[in-house]
Amino acid sequence: MPHFDSRLAQEQGDMPLFREPEGGAGVAVRATLKRDLVLLMRRRSEVLNPLVFFALVITLFPIGISPDPELLAIIAPGLLWVAALLAALLSLDSLFRSDFDDGSLEQLLLAPQPLPALALAKVAVHWLLTGLPLALMAPLLGIMLSLPAGSYAVLALSLALGSASLSLIGAIGAALTVGLSRGGVLLSLLVLPLYIPVLIFGAGAVQAAILGDGVSAHLAILGALLAVALSLAPWAIAASLRISING
Amino acid sequence: MWAFIHKLGSPKWFYAISARLQPWFWVAAAVLILVGSAWGLAFAPADYQQGNSFRIIYVHVPAAFLAQSIFVSMAVAGFIFMVWKIKIADMAAAMMAPLGAAMTFVALFSGAVWGVPTWGTWWMWDARLTSMLILLFLYFGVIALRGAFSSRDSASRAASVLAMVGVINIPIIKYSVDWWYTLHQPATFSVTSRPAMPMEMWAPLLIMVLGFYCFFIALTLMRTRSEILRRESSKRWVRELAGEVS
Amino acid sequence: MSLRLQARKLACERDDRWLFRDLDLDIHAGEIVRVEGPNGSGKTTLLKILSGQLADFQGELYWNDHPMRRTRQDFLANLLYLGHSPGVKAALTPLENLAWYQALAGEPDDEAARFAALAAVGLAGFEDLPAGQLSAGQQRRVALARLELIPRPLWVLDEPFTAIDREGVADLEARLVAHARRGGCVLVTTHHELADSPALRRVRLGQGADDAAF
Repeated sequence: MPHFDSRLAQEQGDMPLFREPEGGAGVAVRATLKRDLVLLMRRRSEVLNPLVFFALVITLFPIGISPDPELLAIIAPGLLWVAALLAALLSLDSLFRSDFDDGSLEQLLLAPQPLPALALAKVAVHWLLTGLPLALMAPLLGIMLSLPAGSYAVLALSLALGSASLSLIGAIGAALTVGLSRGGVLLSLLVLPLYIPVLIFGAGAVQAAILGDGVSAHLAILGALLAVALSLAPWAIAASLRISING
Repeated sequence: MWAFIHKLGSPKWFYAISARLQPWFWVAAAVLILVGSAWGLAFAPADYQQGNSFRIIYVHVPAAFLAQSIFVSMAVAGFIFMVWKIKIADMAAAMMAPLGAAMTFVALFSGAVWGVPTWGTWWMWDARLTSMLILLFLYFGVIALRGAFSSRDSASRAASVLAMVGVINIPIIKYSVDWWYTLHQPATFSVTSRPAMPMEMWAPLLIMVLGFYCFFIALTLMRTRSEILRRESSKRWVRELAGEVS
Repeated sequence: MSLRLQARKLACERDDRWLFRDLDLDIHAGEIVRVEGPNGSGKTTLLKILSGQLADFQGELYWNDHPMRRTRQDFLANLLYLGHSPGVKAALTPLENLAWYQALAGEPDDEAARFAALAAVGLAGFEDLPAGQLSAGQQRRVALARLELIPRPLWVLDEPFTAIDREGVADLEARLVAHARRGGCVLVTTHHELADSPALRRVRLGQGADDAAF
């Protein structure tokens, strides 16, 4: 180990004693995005598990109800949406958990950067690697449930839009329960009732597409829900993280 | 102004003032509920369509009103606690939650009982009942979250945040459930959205609603008072009250 | 402008028990303040309050003579906090860990500085291994590399000597003294006995916390 004093001599006096707060929120957000993406890409099972869960749950329904394609076609929009919602919920608990366990979360809270923006970056990564893949995979499972033609694109689009709201709302619950050792079940209890509007308009969009009605109203409402979630959830997540760190 | 708010927030002062208010609310609640029940159950005319079974409205509607109001009050109390750090507000919120959940359950149960003569079944996915059911889950969430923390301060703040998030979502949930219901059951008879009632029917209803609110206030005052004693049990004024210190 | 962290009439209650009351602190540039006390006396809580993480306390904090509430952002831009847990991601390499901290602190992205910081804590040659493969002491050193990497005048260190070998302890101690000499300021809890130096001050918590002030 190089001796410390030698470094000292050259550093003496060049440390800025008093620092003005710097900007750089964009840099911090970008670094957080990159870090979380790298982390999830190194633990690929965490990305794959929700997808496998989604496929598995969808497999259970024909077995549990009936293989009749006509019956399945009727309930397919709701089934796909509910299963995707549960799959997204499954991965929520780990959103802040590992950061909490290894102490990075308290460092995140002490950064001289706006915490809502940093939290939003983490949620964005969660959506990118959970919600978006689920949305892309849903049409495939739609085929297995004999989802009527013409609704596949709407299914993917509504899930992509809706799951972003789900990630944002769910992150509030994840932030509230991250300090609790048995937070998993509680998290579902907190979050699922709040998911209902998204489910109604998401599944409604797919149904409207099947019936041949216009889907733009549904998608617009999903977009509006996302806008509300985007503007309010980051602050709620930040406040919840501060509470959990206190505990 | 500030001094007044902080005085109001002081447990000792609240304990004293609530002692004087509480009996009035109890009396008002008892009188209103007695008058309302007697009038509603015995004297109000029977419904031309539903006969006497409509009289369950005198329990169902006040309970449903209260269920929603309590959640809003809980969120307001949570907001006051978070912003001004007034602990009384949190104690009141903590005491309100079980009552709100109970009222939601009463509204659900009376709705189900009402469903038997009206729909011929105990449960219908009626818009109002569905919203109530979701509200019940929201209450469970707040109560469970508060119970899950070992530190009371964290529990209070977490429950406050969740109540505020919930209260923002209640109108959204209500709107979307109504929308969902009209989409799936167009033009079905709904028990609670009714044509205008004659005065002899809604006057006792109004009295019942007022009675339920008085009951809520009285019970919350009472429970908050005992919560104050519990949380402040180490404080001098409480020990003096208990006669431990002269 | 000099550096000053003040606490007036600080009191913290945890579930009906006072951890400390009426605690006055005045910490200036060039000082090392060691917070002492038995387990459970509230050392970590005090550090968390002083680093602005806990809001649940009574009393006032001042940063450079301004109330903390109004200068929080400014305070955080001058603070480096090391907590109980090192805050090192096991799946990332030490370099990647430091890169995130650099960006989080608003420092320019500088890879050479990251290598230098890791070398200074004796991790040369380990830069590209996932931190999970390093020993506990080495992971702690990754966290300590932030002291090298991110120039901040106020250090708040909670048990920084945990899991570090004897040589590392001596090095770290020298680093604390040097930081104080440069005009920085260190607030530290540790079970390790620090060598006396003119910069060192002690704050004792616990045992009738009422008179813990100095």
